[in-house]
Amino acid sequence: MTGEAGRTRGALLAVQELRLNYRAREVLRSVTVEVRRGEVVALMGLSGAGKTSALRAVAALQRFHGGRIVVDGFALEPGPAPPESRLKPLRRRVGLVFQGHALFEHLTALENVTLALTHVLGRRREEAEGEAERLLAALEVGGRAGALPRELSGGEAQRVAIARALAPDPALLLMDEPTAALDPARRSSLGRTLRRLAADDGGRGLLIATHDAAFARAHADRVAILAEGVVVEAGSPVEVLDRPEHPATRALLAAGDG
Amino acid sequence: MTRLTLGISAPSLLVAAWIGAQGGEAPRATLLWGGDAEGGAPFVEADPADASQVRGFDVEVAETIAGGLGRQARFLQVQWSSIDQSVERGDCAIGLSGMEDTPARRARHSVTVPYFEFREVLAVRPEDRGRFSRLADLRGRRVATLGATVAYDLLVAARDSLGLIPVSYDDDVHPYSDLMAGRVDAVLLDHIIAQRALRRRGGAGFVIQPQAVAAGRYVGVLAKGDSALRDSVDVVLRTAMRDGTLERIFRRWDVWDPAQGALFRRVAGRGEDSAVEVGAQRAAPLRPDVWAYLPSLGRAALITAVVSALAMAVAVVVGLVVASGRVYGPAPVRAVMTAYVEVIRGTPVLLQLFVLYYGLAGLVRLPAFLAAVLGLGLNYAAYEAEIYRSALEAVSRAQLEAARTLGFSEAQILRLVRGPQALRYALAPMTNDFVALLKDSSLVSVLTVVELTKQTAIYATNIGSWIVPGVLCGVVYLAMSLPLAQLGRRLERRWGAA
Repeated sequence: MTGEAGRTRGALLAVQELRLNYRAREVLRSVTVEVRRGEVVALMGLSGAGKTSALRAVAALQRFHGGRIVVDGFALEPGPAPPESRLKPLRRRVGLVFQGHALFEHLTALENVTLALTHVLGRRREEAEGEAERLLAALEVGGRAGALPRELSGGEAQRVAIARALAPDPALLLMDEPTAALDPARRSSLGRTLRRLAADDGGRGLLIATHDAAFARAHADRVAILAEGVVVEAGSPVEVLDRPEHPATRALLAAGDG
Repeated sequence: MTRLTLGISAPSLLVAAWIGAQGGEAPRATLLWGGDAEGGAPFVEADPADASQVRGFDVEVAETIAGGLGRQARFLQVQWSSIDQSVERGDCAIGLSGMEDTPARRARHSVTVPYFEFREVLAVRPEDRGRFSRLADLRGRRVATLGATVAYDLLVAARDSLGLIPVSYDDDVHPYSDLMAGRVDAVLLDHIIAQRALRRRGGAGFVIQPQAVAAGRYVGVLAKGDSALRDSVDVVLRTAMRDGTLERIFRRWDVWDPAQGALFRRVAGRGEDSAVEVGAQRAAPLRPDVWAYLPSLGRAALITAVVSALAMAVAVVVGLVVASGRVYGPAPVRAVMTAYVEVIRGTPVLLQLFVLYYGLAGLVRLPAFLAAVLGLGLNYAAYEAEIYRSALEAVSRAQLEAARTLGFSEAQILRLVRGPQALRYALAPMTNDFVALLKDSSLVSVLTVVELTKQTAIYATNIGSWIVPGVLCGVVYLAMSLPLAQLGRRLERRWGAA
């Protein structure tokens, strides 16, 4: 079930008691997390904790079995995924950057960004290209507009993927493990870019799945620790990461330091 | 003569070679003779009482010859169009199976005196009895016969002089069924074959024109170097003509007529070799000239190219429909498409061609060319469908999901993201398939379409050698397939490994 459900006060994204099974396994038992405009939230956890499943549920790529997801007034309910035609309002509100970036391999960086502008939003070609060039430049890959994905480095491909996800101007941007393939210098550069995105255009919300504690500590407004299907600890990076209370948080930090 | 054969002559050489190896151990006291039991009565047929034995007038002629030489006749099955080569290879001592006396055969082999005279007769539908009584009446009409025969040569000559259209078959059964079906307007073949075909149909369906188009004679064929044995065989044959042995055989098989008496008097009456005179009565000898053959080779190559290109177009269109059904369709559609792919891939294309052309003739009467294009196209569609399906599935799931999160509809995703990439994955294997189809197009000769391989086989039979025709034919195939293969490799380098 989906529908416009009145704006959740303050929160751009409200995930309430999300329960999600993968085959017989209960991946998420009860996850509650919020993202407000202008805010960068890090959803942290060890590999297999269900971070990606949670993002996919918010992007309506995966059905869930309990709880509720509301994005800027558009609600997703448990049950089979609704038809794409019903999801159009959600698609305008949510962008997703995949861990493997998943660029369209047959198109140049510029075409990857313009495709949705021309074919989904109906922009004229010149207008779309201008917009795409502006986005690529803002993400510091303006010089790679004519390159095919296989000609891009990991960091460049990721920035092109962010530009593509931002092209329809979504209020909420989801990112899955954005630092996985980056060296430390690139990580902090990416972090600064994400902060700017959160502040731009009246404020976006960013929900970032990551196990990178240093990155979260440096760039997130809030962190939520996911373990055994629930959020075990949430708050500012200083509160949660510098004074961990839950054993799962300590285990996560120990794994990151190792 | 004749034979219900499915194959092309080249494989039959291998068969003949294998049979030859079996026959090589024959005891000295036997006379190994080659014939084709597939052609059937009254020449040579499997004995209904004992399928391991053969019977027919040629069988009895062979036994008469062997008896006269003090030997025991032993039969060797050889595909009819390969008997000449088989004799020359030494697989058997003599070929007897309605072998026509032609200048080309005389030039390349040792040929016995003629022992039977046949007439080339026209068969037409009953309503055409008054219209088509001679070849000259058949301008612009399709006239069927068996390939690589005197009758075929007559029709080819008449194509140029009279403007009729020769249609060559690999067997002597389908010309008559196609005559009755309206696919051809007349059949020119030996009167023995025509009468047998008429008997099989209870004397109805077509009529045999009384006026013979030409006359010919059956002879025994021996290897070029076996002229001494040939001379002995001639002595035996002449004796059998004089003492009535041959007449009794022909009467027993109901093929005796006054023409045989006249032939016997000419051949055996004088006691000297009249074969040269008989042979000299025939038309100008065939010149095995490569240049004369090139125009028909070019025509045949064009037919191969056109059949292949059209069949590939059918294969691509149908393959796309089948692959889309398998990837996007609901369960019942998927099941039907999967069944199509499995049935087509699991049965021989030759069988499919026969079913399409002959099997369905009662429902739809497809012209041969159309049946060839459809048969090959529908067969290759199954293979194309599998290429497209795996190409569609090779596009990463994450890209499709990324497209969904951007708001594309499923149709847009196929058109803008999945389709263009799948096409690149599919291009190289498609090109390889096209090369394979080019070669498989030789199979459509069973539907009377004379394409490159068939034309080469006819030429090879004409000149009695596969060397020059084989090389020429190979060169033409390579000229068509090598550029395609190279294109396939280039596409593979460019897109395939992406």
